[in-house]
Amino acid sequence: MTNSAPALSLRAPATRARHVLMERYASLAMMVALIVAIWYIAAIALNWTLVRDGFEREETPYTLSDVLAGTMDAERPLLPAPHQLAAAVYDSVFGYPPLAPRSLVYHALVTLSATLLGFLIGSLFGIALALMIVHSRVLERSLLPWIICSQMVPVLALAPIFIVMLGALGLHGLLPKSIISAYLCFFPVTIGMVKGFTSPDPLQIELMRTWSATPRQVLWKLRWPAAVPYLFASLKVAISISLVGAIVAELPTGAEAGIGARLLAGSYYGRTIQLWSALVVAAVLASGLIAITALVEGGVLRRMGAH
Amino acid sequence: MEPRRLRLGFLLAAAAMVLALLLPSAPGALPLSARPYVWEMSTAACLLCLVAAWRADLRAAVVGLPASVLAAAVSLLVLDDPMVAGAAGPGFWLIVIASWLSAGLCVATLASLRQVRRNRQRAIDLLVPLLFGATVFYLWEVGVRGLGVPPVLLPAPSAAAARFMSSLPTLGIDFVQTFVRGVLIGYVIGCGAGLLVAILAHRYQFLSRGLLPLGNFFAALPLVGIAPIMVMWFGFDWPSKAAVVVLVTFFPMLVNAIAGLSAAGDSERDLMRSYGASHRQSLTKLHLPAALPFIFNALKINATLALIGAIVAEFFGTPTQGIGFRISTEAGRMAIDMVWAEIALAALAGMAFYGVVALAERATTFWHPSYRT
Repeated sequence: MTNSAPALSLRAPATRARHVLMERYASLAMMVALIVAIWYIAAIALNWTLVRDGFEREETPYTLSDVLAGTMDAERPLLPAPHQLAAAVYDSVFGYPPLAPRSLVYHALVTLSATLLGFLIGSLFGIALALMIVHSRVLERSLLPWIICSQMVPVLALAPIFIVMLGALGLHGLLPKSIISAYLCFFPVTIGMVKGFTSPDPLQIELMRTWSATPRQVLWKLRWPAAVPYLFASLKVAISISLVGAIVAELPTGAEAGIGARLLAGSYYGRTIQLWSALVVAAVLASGLIAITALVEGGVLRRMGAH
Repeated sequence: MEPRRLRLGFLLAAAAMVLALLLPSAPGALPLSARPYVWEMSTAACLLCLVAAWRADLRAAVVGLPASVLAAAVSLLVLDDPMVAGAAGPGFWLIVIASWLSAGLCVATLASLRQVRRNRQRAIDLLVPLLFGATVFYLWEVGVRGLGVPPVLLPAPSAAAARFMSSLPTLGIDFVQTFVRGVLIGYVIGCGAGLLVAILAHRYQFLSRGLLPLGNFFAALPLVGIAPIMVMWFGFDWPSKAAVVVLVTFFPMLVNAIAGLSAAGDSERDLMRSYGASHRQSLTKLHLPAALPFIFNALKINATLALIGAIVAEFFGTPTQGIGFRISTEAGRMAIDMVWAEIALAALAGMAFYGVVALAERATTFWHPSYRT
């Protein structure tokens, strides 16, 4: 049904041969340009009254162009203009030594370490859980429904409690955040891996049985290789929510360092530019982590003989 | 479950009950045999375990279940004694082990059961996880009260449930503030906007080529971080929470709906074209129905995301109500039982929300292969 051979080509084929790059990126570039343009307009509109009130409070004469220029570099804008934000990000990333507490690199590293540790714990736990579920019918039927239910619970609501509980047990800093990350990211790994481990054909499993393979051999020679594509698909989801978990776990803890702490401080003291640059760094971190996972995926799948 | 292992397990449970009758439940506490009702119940549990061990097949589950319930009741009755609570000795833990062992064996036996009749199978599929969950809650309750874990650290589920029942009006206010105002409004707007933009992108391929990579990029971003900015823009009340929910739910819906709208097969499209269907007709009669599984997938993902987004947004500032507000203030006041009651509320709301979406999915995509078993 899915092959396109019998499709009727009633529409005339495109006469102008377009450049491939054009075809692919023109739309994307236009969208990005559109977003930046809207951003500038929104910055002017949102900051307008703020800047005008500032001028009126100081009772200095002003012209329209003064206000317009003011919206572009207000000190505490409602929405910083893109170039202002870019300058702030550049300044806080390269303007300080990387481990100074004012440097965003330092905060990003704090959050990144919690993210990676949580990701590691969560994915190992998720894989182990999937292995147990695949090999035990009892667990599949008693545990799996609860795992699914646990994800309908807004897990992040648990974050403050975890911090209080673990703090009372004498755990501070990295580990409580990682545990919240791990709790968030084990689920997609478990579900993906259960699917992956059960993805081989019944025929292939029967073939393993005719060779009288032990369950361990079936796992390593059939189930595990078959599950690798599923593993990477779920790891990509897991790492991005692991980052969300780490950031949110920094909110109620009163942490001094980390992107979440930066967000909270920025929101309390009204330092909007700091808030926005923390968000930009979080976005860069998220896309970088996903890109790395995708690269590893490509390498592994090529080694395994995928095209 | 092998009969030999089943028999061994139930014999162990019976032995644990016998030992529990002999050993003291706590230093200085009355022995089980001197308590009214308790020693009759423990003897009955022990005998039932022996019967289960003798049968060691399906009937063992029928006998083992009341045995485990009896043992659980005994342990809870003994816990009411202030001598035992917080200082439980080996005699007490043996009762818990007996109850846990026989419950676990029953779950294992029931789970390996295959019924031909669909209704019975469905009942068992429901019963097994419920039993498992009940066991977990029982162990939590007994562990917390028996070990005397301070309630600041982890309250017993019964304490959280009592708090839940006694503060229903507060919970109701929080529910309306967070769920009805923040989540539902934001969810409807976010998902609706995502679907509309996806339909536009489906109409104009040029848009879709740019929107798809952007949507994928934004869907992977930690968008809840935008919450403080939304609070700054829209104020402390529910509009800021709804705005966060709109942003968080928009992109998953956009990406999934774009994928779903191009999911219809080529021959179906050709059929629509040969009927001379207009764009609107082929959209409503072919593409939207074919996209429904994808749309519901996004709706389900968004149901959880929306609740998380609203609660996190409340950490950044709220009027004095709302689930997130209550969680952070009560955690600061060390009233952990109230925090757990709020979490139970959020969990119930989340599950009910997800359940409604799943039911709607079953009602509208009954034709999909995954439901035609």
